[in-house]
Amino acid sequence: MIVLRLALQSLRNRWLTALLTVLAIAVSVMLLLGVEKIRTGARQSFADTISGTDLIVGARSGSLNLLLYAVFRIGNATNNLSWQSYQDIRARPEVAWSVPLSLGDSHHGYRVLGTTLDYFTHYRFRQTHGLAFRAGAPFSDLFDAVLGADVAAALGYKLNDRIIISHGLGSVAFVEHEDKPFRVSGILEKTGTPVDRTVHVSLEAIEAIHVDWQSGGRIPGQSASAEEVRGMDLTPKAITAALVGLKSKLATFRLQREINEYRAEPLSAILPGAALQELWGLVGIAETALTVVSAMVVATALLGMVTMILTTLNERRREMAILRSVGARPRTILALLMAEAGVLTLTGIALGIILLYIGLLALAPFVDRSYGLHLPIDAPKPAELMTLAAIWAAGCLAGLLPALRAYRLSVADGMTVRT
Amino acid sequence: MVAISREAPATTPHIVRVCQVRFAWPGRNGFALAIANFVLPARTRLLLIGPSGSGKSTFLGLLCGVLTPQAGSIEVLGRDITRLSASARDAYRAEHFGIIFQMFNLLPYGTVIDNVLLPLSFAPGRRRRAAARAPLEQEAARLLGRLGLEADLIRGPLAARLSVGQQQRVAAARALIGAPELIVADEPTSALDRDRQAAFLDLLFGEVSAAGATLIMVSHDESLAPRFDSVMRLDEIALQGQKDKA
Repeated sequence: MIVLRLALQSLRNRWLTALLTVLAIAVSVMLLLGVEKIRTGARQSFADTISGTDLIVGARSGSLNLLLYAVFRIGNATNNLSWQSYQDIRARPEVAWSVPLSLGDSHHGYRVLGTTLDYFTHYRFRQTHGLAFRAGAPFSDLFDAVLGADVAAALGYKLNDRIIISHGLGSVAFVEHEDKPFRVSGILEKTGTPVDRTVHVSLEAIEAIHVDWQSGGRIPGQSASAEEVRGMDLTPKAITAALVGLKSKLATFRLQREINEYRAEPLSAILPGAALQELWGLVGIAETALTVVSAMVVATALLGMVTMILTTLNERRREMAILRSVGARPRTILALLMAEAGVLTLTGIALGIILLYIGLLALAPFVDRSYGLHLPIDAPKPAELMTLAAIWAAGCLAGLLPALRAYRLSVADGMTVRT
Repeated sequence: MVAISREAPATTPHIVRVCQVRFAWPGRNGFALAIANFVLPARTRLLLIGPSGSGKSTFLGLLCGVLTPQAGSIEVLGRDITRLSASARDAYRAEHFGIIFQMFNLLPYGTVIDNVLLPLSFAPGRRRRAAARAPLEQEAARLLGRLGLEADLIRGPLAARLSVGQQQRVAAARALIGAPELIVADEPTSALDRDRQAAFLDLLFGEVSAAGATLIMVSHDESLAPRFDSVMRLDEIALQGQKDKA
């Protein structure tokens, strides 16, 4: 079709402005889809972090807080859970397994988690994945440590390296447990969860490095050496939280209620899924804001396209007069201009998708490494395709503005070019 | 007022007949153009002398069906185009008219051949007629050759690279392709110098006769008159011309 070919040639004749317009649309589409990818990636990463755990138990606090510090190592516990209460809960007939978690120390900014060997058998992520060792084995000695994949990679640790744990959190340590060094006994496979950024030691080890401590400081004059500590009773007095698995999911709500009403001390039991929902409710506002901003960027790009087409209309009145003289209807001219907007938008969308996937391929490993955020590189989902279709429709509709103006001009001008 | 035709055999069918036409631009008072009677026999070469402001553009717009008069009839090839819908008039124009402007006739980013073939997209009848002679591109090249465009230019660059004279030849080929009955040329030679004017008219006349078409050429240059079968002044056929603002 010569008319279409000429329309494309006309566009090619204005290739620089057309290219910039297409680029603006492409970048905006990439941004919109990228935000969506990060959003779903973040949700999936969060949701994938903990699987198979029915309840998380800790001292009385908000469920979100408990979830964040127990699972995501974000923030701090406001209070501890006494060892006695933990033993009570653990002894309940509904409980199939439980894993105690003790937090509060760190190593070069990475959290140190005191736990038991059960942690390595019961912790699940991404539905069914369990923890696997890339090297070494779980701790067998009191001063053994198991490193998450990121810790080992970032700090360059190998098996049997010696590490010193710092008291408290923060990457710059003021007080160190330098008298009781740990040996790296094992390094975990990468999981894409906060486990990668955690140093795991036994509960007893946490107790051991704190025997001569009280209220966050060394007791002056008292110093128990690493060897002396081995002889002591290292049963912890308190832990930070516990993951609990039940024999039957049906018991979940009953046990949760009973823990929440536990008489000996104020406790909280939360369902990880429900707490995550609460989290989505919170971050949903930010997500919506991001989506609205990127939608605005798309709208701006389409406005740019309309501006571009409108500014070319005057110099194209001759073109329209020629088309009218050879018998083109004003409707044909309207269709041509809308087609131009449609082609520009479609090209922009296609280029945006290509840019997005190039960006994902290039950045996903980095984002995964740096932020533990696993960005899925998969085909666009139906909802995303609907969004793209909506953008295209919006582009064509926006093209109606210059097209209608061209229509009116071509009816008024007829075959004469007025300037 | 009837066309002053040098040799107007009564038997020749009229290709154009304009009766009692009155046209006013919308929103303006008074008639821009009123024509009592205008008849053009087939295969005539008419020179229409129209100084600027005489309603020339309005007249051509009415004749080609881009404008609709408020009253009167305009018969082209026996059909009153004022009774047609706007899009039917566009189709009628595509089928039966070849139009050449004063300048800027071509889509600058298109090839020469595409520019010539452009009207055929809107006129299936002309397309069939052109295709009956030769494959379309060959037919376009043949016309361009007959109109004196150099062979390397025919297959060559974009229309924008051509000189004004060359562009007018391409425009003539576009008007002639598929042999429409009526060729309307609006000052096609005013951008050319004397010598090239004469050469262009020779070629145009030759092809118009060969195609058996009728030619209406508008000009303000009365010295061209001897070359035409018939000469009219627009201010003679226009009854009362209030100033055409175009």
